[in-house]
Amino acid sequence: MSADVKLEDVWIRFGEFVAAREVNIHIQEGEFFSFLGPSGCGKTTLLRAVSGFLSPSEGKVLIGGNDMAGIGPNKRPTALIFQNLALFPLMKVWENIAFALEVKGVGKAERRKRADELLELIALPDQGDKMVNELSGGQKQRVAIARALAAEPDVLLLDEPLSALDLKLRQHMRTELRAIQQRVGITFIYITHDQGEALTMSDHVAVMSQGVIEQVSDGNTIYDSPESSFVASFVGENNHFAGTVTHVDGDFVVVDTPSGSIRARNIEREGQKQLQSGDEAMVFIRPESLQFCDNQSFDNTLNAVVERQEFEGNFWHVFLDVEGSSRTVSLSMVNDGSSVVHDVGTSAKIGCNAPLAVALPAGSLAAE
Amino acid sequence: MSTYWQNYFKKNGLALGLFMLLAVLIWTLVMIILPQLYMMDFSFRANVPPPQWGSETHVYTLEHYRYLIYGNVNSTDAINYIDLGVFGRTILASIFVTLIDVCLCYPVAYYLAHVAKGGWGRLMVMSLIIPFWVNELLRAFAFKVMFGTGGVINDVLIALGILDQPYDFIRENTALYSGLVYAYILLMIFPIYNAVESLDKNQIEAARDMGSPWWRIHWRVVIPHAKPGITSGCTMVFMLTAGALAAPQILGGPSSLWFTQLVYKWFNNSANWARGSAYALVLLILCIVFVLLMMRFFKVKLGEIAK
Ligand SMILES: Nc1ncnc2c1ncn2[C@@H]1O[C@H](COP(=O)(O)OP(=O)(O)OP(=O)(O)O)[C@@H](O)[C@H]1O
Ligand SMILES: [Mg+2]
Repeated sequence: MSADVKLEDVWIRFGEFVAAREVNIHIQEGEFFSFLGPSGCGKTTLLRAVSGFLSPSEGKVLIGGNDMAGIGPNKRPTALIFQNLALFPLMKVWENIAFALEVKGVGKAERRKRADELLELIALPDQGDKMVNELSGGQKQRVAIARALAAEPDVLLLDEPLSALDLKLRQHMRTELRAIQQRVGITFIYITHDQGEALTMSDHVAVMSQGVIEQVSDGNTIYDSPESSFVASFVGENNHFAGTVTHVDGDFVVVDTPSGSIRARNIEREGQKQLQSGDEAMVFIRPESLQFCDNQSFDNTLNAVVERQEFEGNFWHVFLDVEGSSRTVSLSMVNDGSSVVHDVGTSAKIGCNAPLAVALPAGSLAAE
Repeated sequence: MSTYWQNYFKKNGLALGLFMLLAVLIWTLVMIILPQLYMMDFSFRANVPPPQWGSETHVYTLEHYRYLIYGNVNSTDAINYIDLGVFGRTILASIFVTLIDVCLCYPVAYYLAHVAKGGWGRLMVMSLIIPFWVNELLRAFAFKVMFGTGGVINDVLIALGILDQPYDFIRENTALYSGLVYAYILLMIFPIYNAVESLDKNQIEAARDMGSPWWRIHWRVVIPHAKPGITSGCTMVFMLTAGALAAPQILGGPSSLWFTQLVYKWFNNSANWARGSAYALVLLILCIVFVLLMMRFFKVKLGEIAK
């Protein structure tokens, strides 16, 4: 079975410190939902409030429509996978997996059978009699998942479970996790500070900063239409230009910046266009949205000098000193074999069309 | 082997290396091995006055061991019921004291390690340690006064109406067991504390998250992890309790003898050092055997308790 999770006006305070501020989220049953945010933004804290290790200072947590107030972690239909896995090192692999069944009083033979089925599911058949420490990192990871699934939770909570793995394995486990989620069909709530993980696996992503939910959308929308300057700067690479809105024109605004005026999309938040004439704004343009003008014309053009370039096989990364901007602007282009290489030190015009530029109210940026 | 020594001296330097080597050698030889060898030698010899030690009357004999098992040559009993009885009771009582200590100390150690925070925890540790600055004799006498028929415990119980006349805690050995339980409480708490403290809190939470009630968390997660610490505490408490002298002398009821009191009696009152040595040695060896058997039974390796 699967269940939805609802956070209603949740505040979590530790003394004076606010770890979660007015969080309102509805996670649909059966979806893969991620919380994405930098270290210390309150992700683990929120997850602990859902699993019941911590009760919110204000607000409600509802699972499957039931208010969870006063219900302890051992009584909630959730299972948590810890940041450090927390497998039981003194038990065999199968005993780890069957622990939740042991708690329920299931007999040994039945437990063993169920553990073997789960080992099958996580592609570790015949490893049940090993000790946990005889497994590799990725295998432990999968055992932790199986142990949590054995409890037959309606909601599985995962706290950065892949952070301890090396890059290759991490990428492999992403696919695997997603596949397992689709097979068992329960709600997964996944925590990560790695945007790649969040974007590739999730149906919906909530981006968090300092205890506040900045945006909840599917990965595409988060990437293409960030609703706040924090989201725009935290998710993916972005160049930004600060300025003032000179006029509003349908879905677009024109922002006057030291590098020239830039026409960009006026992003909505909760159905409202965010910028009006005279507002302080920031324009965000992704490296892959910028191009060398050469002979083409663009809605926006910037004068720049090539500072440095890096070749990455399928991509060229070019770093430019743009007139009026103190920050180095980066531009990426696909290496299709025909790209004209611009020598370091030469000046060039770069440009981008208005639909690929995003204008947002001036606000905080993610630390680099 | 020779490369081992070369490395050893290279790492520590000649001076420090030699010092450490000599210190360890002297420690084990002079402090541990020699005295025990002396005792052993003594225990196999006839009891003669000191001037004749080493002379031809100081012959080897098994009479002291024979005495412990069969008693006086004139005795008509099949075995030495009295002394062996005292021995058996000492061992049983020590096991009992050890068990009570574990039951008392495990919750305290767990609380200190995982529940108490900051100042409160330190305060608890201090209040455990500081009373042990009081020496053993004073403590034993204080217990005797406290548990006596006119002592504060009887007064309180009578005032509360639980008893209508004073209970003789000394005669019933309650005072003795309480004194022994208290005497070695730190030797139980700290090894368990160390072991429990090294347990990852997330494991406890993971067990709870999977629906486990608190007792199963302890049974399946905390206690298995703390087993080396528990064993280490138990062996120390057991050995020291079985070998205790002051508390049984002072707090023991008139009818109950501790085996160490017999040993003391042979050495002191009867001036029979040889028999005293034999008794002491039997106590030591049987205690070690018992502890090793227990460790075998609970599947704890000797190396683990040193952790
Ligand atoms: N028990 C607590 N008492 C006081 N402050 C706490 C407590 N738990 C967490 N915090 C604070 O709340 C904030 C959020 O912590 P949290 O562990 O949720 O971060 P996180 O987003 O999971 O970070 P990471 O990615 O590093 O795991 C931090 O600033 C932390 O110091
Ligand atoms: Mg965290």
